[in-house]
Amino acid sequence: MSSEKFKAANDLPETDISGFNFKETELTLGLPGESRKQISGTKRGISDAMELSLGSSNSEDYHSKNEISTGTKPPAKAQVVGWPPVRSYRKNMIDKGKYVKVAVDGAPYLRKVDLELYDSYQKMLNALQNMFTCLTICNFQSESKLMDITNGVEYVPTYEDKDGDRMLVGDVPWKMFVDTCKRIRLMKSSEAIGLAPRTPVKCSSTS
Amino acid sequence: MCLCQCMMNYFPEEVLEHVFNFLTSHRDRNAVSLVCNSWYRVERFSREKVFVGNCYAVSPERVIARFPRLRSLTLKGKPHFADFNLVPHDWGGYVDPWIEAMAASGVNLEELRLKRMVVSDESLELLSRSFPNFKSLILVSCEGFSTDGLAAIASNCRFLRELDLQENEVEDRRGQWLSCFSDNCTTLVSLNFACLKGEVNLAALERLVARCPNLRSLRLNHTVPLDALQRILIKAPHLVDLGTGSFISDPVSETYNKLKNALKRCTSIRSLSGFLEIAPRCLPAIYPICLNLSSLNLSYAPGIYSAELIKLIRFCGKLERLWILDTIGDKGLGVVASTCKELQELRVFPSDLHGFGHAAVTEEGLVAISAGCPKLNSLLYFCQQMTNAALITVAKNCPNFIRFRLCTLNPTVPDAVTMQPLDEGFGAIVQSCKGLKRLSVSGLLTDQVFLYIGMYAEQLEMLSIAFAGDSDKGMLYVLNGCKKMKKLEIRDSPFGNVALLADVGKYETMRSLWMSSCQVTLGACKAVAQKMPRLNVEIISENDQIDTCSDDRQKVEKIYLYRTLVGPRKDSPDFVRTL
Repeated sequence: MSSEKFKAANDLPETDISGFNFKETELTLGLPGESRKQISGTKRGISDAMELSLGSSNSEDYHSKNEISTGTKPPAKAQVVGWPPVRSYRKNMIDKGKYVKVAVDGAPYLRKVDLELYDSYQKMLNALQNMFTCLTICNFQSESKLMDITNGVEYVPTYEDKDGDRMLVGDVPWKMFVDTCKRIRLMKSSEAIGLAPRTPVKCSSTS
Repeated sequence: MCLCQCMMNYFPEEVLEHVFNFLTSHRDRNAVSLVCNSWYRVERFSREKVFVGNCYAVSPERVIARFPRLRSLTLKGKPHFADFNLVPHDWGGYVDPWIEAMAASGVNLEELRLKRMVVSDESLELLSRSFPNFKSLILVSCEGFSTDGLAAIASNCRFLRELDLQENEVEDRRGQWLSCFSDNCTTLVSLNFACLKGEVNLAALERLVARCPNLRSLRLNHTVPLDALQRILIKAPHLVDLGTGSFISDPVSETYNKLKNALKRCTSIRSLSGFLEIAPRCLPAIYPICLNLSSLNLSYAPGIYSAELIKLIRFCGKLERLWILDTIGDKGLGVVASTCKELQELRVFPSDLHGFGHAAVTEEGLVAISAGCPKLNSLLYFCQQMTNAALITVAKNCPNFIRFRLCTLNPTVPDAVTMQPLDEGFGAIVQSCKGLKRLSVSGLLTDQVFLYIGMYAEQLEMLSIAFAGDSDKGMLYVLNGCKKMKKLEIRDSPFGNVALLADVGKYETMRSLWMSSCQVTLGACKAVAQKMPRLNVEIISENDQIDTCSDDRQKVEKIYLYRTLVGPRKDSPDFVRTL
């Protein structure tokens, strides 16, 4: 009854990601952690990005739901490029509402940015820099911060994700960030210390 | 026919030409041109509308040489699967050589329709300057240009009637392209810029609408607010086709009341779309014109609840075409079924593309539609689940389907009740719908479904297959059976060399074949290319270095093959290798 394809997808831990555009998930902003392993040209494999998406609570829900209905695990939907077959134009239209609020610690007002307008972290940070004219992007080795040059205060870009957790901007592929980001906050570096380990040792390991 | 032909050969060519002018379809004209040399000649000198389904199948020079009186050209570029990101971004499909060739040869071009092509600002500029009688530009799913190119069209095409931008990716330079229409431009009949992201000059837009008395179709983008819409409607009460931009206002405001009154006076509106941003509380403003509507597209209007949609649909008794999001629910589709007796085309799109959704519709809604709308002949239906029983009922209720595209959100989900493959259900559709031309199948499917398709789908021209079948047999059934097949696209299915090589002559009768993530090897592709010199066999491989990999046993990632008169194209990027 089930096709070979179907069986293969069930038996193997690897899932079908053929046709996945790795370039799209490439980060342009350096990460504090280890650099990502680039997948060599194999058709079936697991990318880091995929592991991340599997780890999210939503796709787990999806899996468990399907286990009930079919008794097996088909390839998770998020992993199939181009399915459901909806034009990317339509996707962008429906997924709009990617306007998120941007708060800067200490600033008297908030702004909004449309994340769909950018295709990388760097471009978004450039936009933020233009939005809050006092800020300048400073790249320290691999990580980006924004600095208020008038008083030397450093800001770390952070965001709140779907689950309400506060995250550091730059940890996940850009597209995943766009999907999950609820609001952005530029935190004063001094207050963001507890947020995530960013030790100089780790930073240097990526460069 | 033979007698008729002999008699018609006595006619002077002017008479033949006059007769041919009554043939409007490309297919009929192609057939006529094959009858004899004289007919070929008369037909070629009189053909003004030319359709090229694949821009790489023929050279622009050849088309111009054969049809010197060309006035309207329709061109298609990338494979259909490009819509779903399966074709790499820089694959090709450039219109530039076509526009350059037409400009150089002095063709009197009046109309250009492009689909899935890459259009540069330079070529739009050249277009706008080269053809003094240019009237219509229709771009569908195109990319590569910006509002600067549109500004050139607006500035230079003095007799422009139609500027229709459907679902293009346009770079927005926030320029004043709309104010580039000269004050003498009064000829617009149709203007659609719904896909533009940036703001437009509202004052320029209102002036343009006011001075174009023949404007019948206007589709705005999301930046045009409701108060501007209201002023536009007062200036253009004869609109037949309206696409609103933003539909957000306070229902107790003066603006809203003014809009309501303006809409009431627009009694000619038959087609309504847009609502790119919407406050559902404003929907009652369109109730008064709903009964006139034959076409309603709310598929870009997110965030309207089922209850609000249902209330609206109850006013739309004359709808022939409905595009809607699955938030309408099975219950809402039931209301469509009992209200819209004239419905011919239904598209239900998914509202939640991440697949975590709860909204989606099921087989229940489709069965209700099929029972209530006997004229239905075109369907695109994204659903959570489907059953064979439902499809068999649908096939019985609606035997007139020409297009039937069913997409289960989970591509390999079985019958929701029996857990069986959906073979029998799709089998019933192809058996019952004799006129079916386009079919997309999904859900758990074995080779059996392709046996049915090959056996019954005699008129089928385009078939989309994903995650289906279990062996070469499946594809063979289709290739052997569907004599009218033009486009076959297959992804993630276990079809391999045996199927690909069984009847390579078939591919010359088709426009194209796409296979990605199947079991086809490089060697087999080479064999096809070798046997069929008039086919371009393109191997698309983004991850591998194809130059270094010459192992014929290697499976190819994506293969796109099409017939062509011009040989391998010269603009292919590094990741495309034409065998």
